[in-house]
Amino acid sequence: MSAGAQSRPGPAPHGPPARSGSGDGAAIEADGLTRRFGDFTAVDAISFRVERGEVFGFLGANGAGKTTAIRMLTGLLSPSAGDARVAGHDVYDEPEAIRRSIGYMSQRFSLYEDLRVRENIQLFGGIYGLPDRTIRERGDRLLTDLGLEHAAEELVASIPLGWRQKLAFSVATLHEPEILFLDEPTGGVDPITRRQFWEMIYRAADEGTTVFVTTHYMDEAEYCDRISIMVDGRIGAMGTPRQLREQYGVPSVDELFLRLVRPGSDARHPAAGPLDAGGMGGAA
Amino acid sequence: MTALRGFIVKEVRHILRDRQTLWLILLLPLVLVILFGFAIRTDIRSIRVAFVDPSPSAASLSLQNRFEGTPTFRAAATVASTRALDPLFRSGAIDEAVVFPADFARGLGRGAGRLQILTDATDPNIGSTMTAYAEAVIQEWAAERIGSGAAGPGALVSVRTGPAVAPETRLRFNPTLASEDLFVPGLIALVLTIVSAVMTSITLTREKERGTMETLLVSPLRPWQILVGKVAPYLALGFVNLVTALAAARLIFSVPLRGSVPLLLVEGLLFLLVCTGLGVFISTRTDSQRAAMLASLAGLLLPTTVLSGMIFPISSMPAWLRPITYVIPARWFITIARGILLKGVGLEVLWPDTVVLALMATLLLAASTRLFKVRLT
Amino acid sequence: MTAAERGLRLRRWLRTVGFLVRKEFLQVFRDRVMMFEMIAIPIIQLLVLSNAATFEVHDSRVHVVDEARTAESRALVRRIGASRYFTVVSSDPSMAEAERDLATGRAAVIVRIPRRFTDRLAAGRPAPVQLVLDGVDGATAGVVRSYLGAIVEGYGAALEMRATPLAVRSRGLFNPTLDYKNFIVPGILVLLVTLIGTLITSMNIAREKEIGTLEQLNVTPLRKSEFVAGKLVPFWLIALAELTVGLVIARLVFALPMRGNLLLLFGAAGLYMVVALGVGLWISTVVQTQQQAMFLTFFVMMLYVFMSGFMTPVESMPGWAQALTELNPVRHFLLIMRGILLKGAGFADLWRPLAALGVMAVTVLTLALRQYSKTTG
Repeated sequence: MSAGAQSRPGPAPHGPPARSGSGDGAAIEADGLTRRFGDFTAVDAISFRVERGEVFGFLGANGAGKTTAIRMLTGLLSPSAGDARVAGHDVYDEPEAIRRSIGYMSQRFSLYEDLRVRENIQLFGGIYGLPDRTIRERGDRLLTDLGLEHAAEELVASIPLGWRQKLAFSVATLHEPEILFLDEPTGGVDPITRRQFWEMIYRAADEGTTVFVTTHYMDEAEYCDRISIMVDGRIGAMGTPRQLREQYGVPSVDELFLRLVRPGSDARHPAAGPLDAGGMGGAA
Repeated sequence: MTALRGFIVKEVRHILRDRQTLWLILLLPLVLVILFGFAIRTDIRSIRVAFVDPSPSAASLSLQNRFEGTPTFRAAATVASTRALDPLFRSGAIDEAVVFPADFARGLGRGAGRLQILTDATDPNIGSTMTAYAEAVIQEWAAERIGSGAAGPGALVSVRTGPAVAPETRLRFNPTLASEDLFVPGLIALVLTIVSAVMTSITLTREKERGTMETLLVSPLRPWQILVGKVAPYLALGFVNLVTALAAARLIFSVPLRGSVPLLLVEGLLFLLVCTGLGVFISTRTDSQRAAMLASLAGLLLPTTVLSGMIFPISSMPAWLRPITYVIPARWFITIARGILLKGVGLEVLWPDTVVLALMATLLLAASTRLFKVRLT
Repeated sequence: MTAAERGLRLRRWLRTVGFLVRKEFLQVFRDRVMMFEMIAIPIIQLLVLSNAATFEVHDSRVHVVDEARTAESRALVRRIGASRYFTVVSSDPSMAEAERDLATGRAAVIVRIPRRFTDRLAAGRPAPVQLVLDGVDGATAGVVRSYLGAIVEGYGAALEMRATPLAVRSRGLFNPTLDYKNFIVPGILVLLVTLIGTLITSMNIAREKEIGTLEQLNVTPLRKSEFVAGKLVPFWLIALAELTVGLVIARLVFALPMRGNLLLLFGAAGLYMVVALGVGLWISTVVQTQQQAMFLTFFVMMLYVFMSGFMTPVESMPGWAQALTELNPVRHFLLIMRGILLKGAGFADLWRPLAALGVMAVTVLTLALRQYSKTTG
């Protein structure tokens, strides 16, 4: 993951397509979203907006609060303060409506290891109310696209990590949700699988799905339409990768990240840049 | 050795950090012992009796009053016919019924009185005791009536009021047949068995499930050291349980302590070693917490309750079954505990039981260590 | 909402629950160890424990101290030895030796015939015989006392005639063979099925929490009722199947009577299982780890075993404890089981425990539903 990610081969950055359909509402809106655990503030009043069909990268170091934020947006965790709307529904008032509209792939593998690959797909297809034939057809298509069709009858416990992540991705997209939340989908997988994932992410975005992906691989930032970088519970920077690189005068998002979190006095001072809103330091 | 010590320290810290579980481990056994010590009675305290008295007389009412005056009996109903008894028995509203014939008073006057006792013998043990109690009340009443001449004219005057050869009974070691004295030591043994065995088996299988067991095995610790490190803290906790439970038995229930306290504690420690060894052994045969819990809790709870002698005497069991009770650790410890607490005996009597416990501990721990190595290498 | 919409909703609900039930069954049947435990443990324990649970007396060991050494005293000793309930293990005339035998457990009772036994008999005065029982074996002490007492008194009665003005006939109901198994087997069966069912459900959700799969379910639009039903139904079916098999075994092996309406029995069993599994489910939603689930389940199971009338009579408990047993579903179901099987009781006799179970079922399900939340914090 060198600097100069521009020159890497691979899928071109994707721009938000015009999307027909319902209203002007953003896919995801967060306003001062906060979560405290006792004395510790994991997410400190973050605000952002994700448009429909965008591929939004939610970057940050491990422990910066990305997973907590995503859990609040998906209705798994209730916020301590602030507002958020997902697919036009308020996270406090309409959590069930949100659940119907989203797909989720968690950082920690959370499907059934004592079921077969296909059985996991059937189970979640059924839970989302898809008809049997749809489950079969879409399931087959997803497995083929991800190169898993030969493992369809294997017990999940006996397949390697990369394949499990692919399965989790399939389950998240099976019901063709409006918004896809992916928490570190490429953690620990090989480069070929990584590319396959991003191809699938683009395909979903092409069809109008909003993709909200967290990662600590900074080079993946280049694949996103817009990104934000979380540092100690706050949003340190947000914009398109190109904008941010120009604004901070760094050759890569990787560099930008290092600058934002570098220990020592720099990290405590507001960075020179118009987009920097609330300062860098946060709760320890 | 420093590796082992460091490991034990880490295990202890780990346990202390999980406050919730720690409180559960320390308090649950104690709560159970105290609650059941107060609540459970193995003897009969209350017999609900109904009377069928189609033509009441001074005599029949006098006998009914005698029943009501006896503390063990509680007059539950008076009905006119035996048919009315059926729903009362079937629904469990009464335990026993005394049926007076229509000519009870007259028959009694002629010296040919009759009475019928009907007892719910679903539990035949309790049933025969209840019958005996009722018969005793009736015969006492009858004897008094005759003695006082109230039976009426024509009754035999010189009737012996009691048997010629009379058994006088003394009870050793438990003169009042106090339930708690018998029950509480057994209860303590049962609770300790389950808590120790299940705790250890779950702890070890949890490590297996999480995969941290592999990390342990590639560390410089030898398998036996891992076992010791895992088992030692739970042994200590079990000992705390033992001491608090015995203290409760003594202070709250006044269970006697006629023998040697140090001996009791040492035997207790030996017993705990067997139970934790059992837990370790179970964990070598199972891979998931779920299976370990099923095997230890479901596998030990009822068998220990029934086969250890805590409620059902081993002498009552059929001969072919008695050897099976040998594998229940609590069986041996209950004999030891009752011996020390109630009979005041020591090692000179209890050495066979002690040897058995020691053998069980050695066997279990040796087998577990060997299986531990085999499974993971 | 129109009827059509309601029908559609219901069908969707059933379909979703169907998927969940299928998943549980797949998981259960794939776990070989668990399947083995779920089948083997209840069957083995049912067969073994039913034979062990008893208070009968046979071959009770007697140490005879015959201080009179007359023809009459020896005749009495012969009578005792001839009884099938007793074995004379020692005739050492030393009382000290006898007491030692009692302490070591070599004898369970001492029969002491005083020196002046024959003299008193000849003089027409009551001749006492002393029985010293090991009170530690309290459960049988009473039975031993009455059997020995009967032998002793019978001997006395054979020596001379005694008239009683009152003839008392006793009859035990519902258990003509006075077989303790009839009483205990339904209890053992119920407890075994309850134990396994409660354990499995209580660990089930805790396990999904621990391994993280619950989270994936929580982001779906899965309804609480679908989730709870998906967890209850599979284990409810399994538990009822186990109960049925157990009843068949009890009938074939122990000749368990089945006097009443079996349909009513299964209806009650279905209701009872909802309560028992619902409690397991509720435990599961309250705890965070499987270890905690184990503790709570253990506590609840102890209450089920000891405060339900399984072995010890509820009527003998202090009032506050008896009130507590009203909350114990096993108590109510045992009343129903024993009532139907042994007493031929019907709905009219058992409506109260049935109603209690109904109320509990509703309460427990409501609690579990309320407790389970997809959102934390």
